[in-house]
Amino acid sequence: MNQTLRKTYAKHPEGFVLGSIILFVFCLMWILNPARFLRPGNLQSMAFQLPELGLLSLAMMVIMINGGINLAIVSTANISGITAALIMKGLVAAEGGNAVSAILLAVAAALAVAALVGIANGFLVAYLDMSPILSTLGMMTLLNGITILMTKGYVISGFPPAYTAIGNVLVFGIPLPIIVFGLISAAVAFFLNSTATGFELYMIGTNPLASLYSGVNLRGVLMKSYILSGLLSGCAGLIMIARFNSAKSDYGASYLLVTVLASVLGGTSSTGGFGKVTGLVLSLIILQIVSSGLNLLQANAFLTRALWGIILILVMVVNHYSQKSSGRTPA
Amino acid sequence: MDRFFRRTESYIFLAIVIFSILITIINPNFFSLENLFDLLKSYSFVGILAAGVLMVIISGGIDISFMAVATVAEYLTVLFITRFGGSMFTAFLAAGLIGALMGVVNALLIHSFNIPTVIATIATMNIFYGFLIMATGGKWIYALPECFRDFAGIRVFTITNANGSQYGLSIITVLWFAVLLVSALILRYTTIGRSLYAIGGCGIDKSPARRAGLNILKTQVFVYAYMGLLAGMAGIVQALLVQTVAPNSMVGKELNVIAAVVLGGASIAGGSGTVLGAVLGVALLAILNNGLTLMRVPSYWYDVLIGAVIILSVAVGALQGKRKKRKAIEIEEKAA
Repeated sequence: MNQTLRKTYAKHPEGFVLGSIILFVFCLMWILNPARFLRPGNLQSMAFQLPELGLLSLAMMVIMINGGINLAIVSTANISGITAALIMKGLVAAEGGNAVSAILLAVAAALAVAALVGIANGFLVAYLDMSPILSTLGMMTLLNGITILMTKGYVISGFPPAYTAIGNVLVFGIPLPIIVFGLISAAVAFFLNSTATGFELYMIGTNPLASLYSGVNLRGVLMKSYILSGLLSGCAGLIMIARFNSAKSDYGASYLLVTVLASVLGGTSSTGGFGKVTGLVLSLIILQIVSSGLNLLQANAFLTRALWGIILILVMVVNHYSQKSSGRTPA
Repeated sequence: MDRFFRRTESYIFLAIVIFSILITIINPNFFSLENLFDLLKSYSFVGILAAGVLMVIISGGIDISFMAVATVAEYLTVLFITRFGGSMFTAFLAAGLIGALMGVVNALLIHSFNIPTVIATIATMNIFYGFLIMATGGKWIYALPECFRDFAGIRVFTITNANGSQYGLSIITVLWFAVLLVSALILRYTTIGRSLYAIGGCGIDKSPARRAGLNILKTQVFVYAYMGLLAGMAGIVQALLVQTVAPNSMVGKELNVIAAVVLGGASIAGGSGTVLGAVLGVALLAILNNGLTLMRVPSYWYDVLIGAVIILSVAVGALQGKRKKRKAIEIEEKAA
């Protein structure tokens, strides 16, 4: 028993640490909320909340692996969501009921918009050599402006029931969004671990110049990663509007910090080159348990926000010392 | 003339001139002393912050937490003065000290644990702001101390226009210019100012600067403390300008300041940037905002246009940097 434990630790040190943290926070929240935490309703609501944040965190992680940062993910999600919302409202009202074709068109348009944003970001970073912080911050402002323009600042609500089902239906007791999230994260994991482009993404994050000299198509790979990041944000936006049955230009603004936190907590290096989907999923589970537990305790939302900041710093401190001891120093 | 076109500042200056002419053609009210003094007063908040952000960017870092720092310093100082009394001088001193202290926290985190500056300051932003709102409930303060109202009304000189209303150079603007002057002197003539350029110029790996004998810790503590000091002062300036303390009004607008500084030619990679450039960047954004209002553009167009201008001008800057690099390589090849 002891030996197998040691073996698994040697093989997956990060997974082991994250797994222990999950166990710890789970027990902690259970003790703090003995009556309510383990109720199926709470577990289900946790599973409903996780996918949006999860998809946005995947979108952030893909860019952090190549050494950048994408601050436009939340606004990309919003612009895709609003595009879908406007199309559904327009078509369903006009045709009076042919919901399925309207939904398909809306989803396709939303993903097209998300991919377009990704192409724009990729162009700015890969072809114009702009710093990712600045180009995506600028893109964030621009997209926020466009979404305000599209909605005049109002909430768009009332979608066909067939669409809101995506965000609210249970399949054998499991929420549909979490199944979607599981499939998408498996696809992203396959892309990162088993394709040449995925491998090149890690190379670029570790040393862009060296990967350029070893024949990596730097611009093409960066472009692909920004398109993927845009598409993932778009999926998050589609799930978000299905769950809320409404769309607005400033939904999810507080997610930005948490996506960075989730990526870093899951072992993604903030300077690029490292990061795994499994680590990210484990860290998302930790964050979801903590936030649901605090919510049940009726903690102040701003206390939670401060707590995220503290956890982020603690994770960075721990990473600093573990990198020092393992000799995996960045730069 | 050739030298004029090689500097980013010149392009910003030309852009300002062109925009000003365009706006004046549409609405002649733009080109008046009254509007100018008004702009100089209302943009002193952003202007003071820009000086601090400039220094951080020159040192190769970035600070996302300064709006949270400004909010915390402003709120605590106003609470303190309302309860215990005090003058404007104590207000600026207290807010500056609170801000500098938070800046030191940033610097120590960044330096001791080697945390990238973006991540460290995103974290501290949420910690500072989260605790402030949790403790105060985010209540606005409407009743400012007496001295805040008196000080905001002081003008260095006053002009009365044709229909009897008065305007003039506000003391707040003078304060902003003093901050700019001090920052420019620090950057140009002090050892610590020069070492900011040196440390920023060597990228992520600071060992060349260390081997050259620079004290990285000292420089970083200085630059983040200075940023915090200016953020605290800017918080008080904001309270003076709007005559209320609204804790949710500043956080989230960090980009406006960072964009202004980068527009002015400071490289986000560190190692370059001037106070003049930062001021021109602030001026460009100010004129754009003011011009959109004067041209009666609907307000939901603002973010779109400003985002587009930011992306466009940063792209131009990036392209210029690329061309410069290519030229340097050509010269090297010719020499070899």
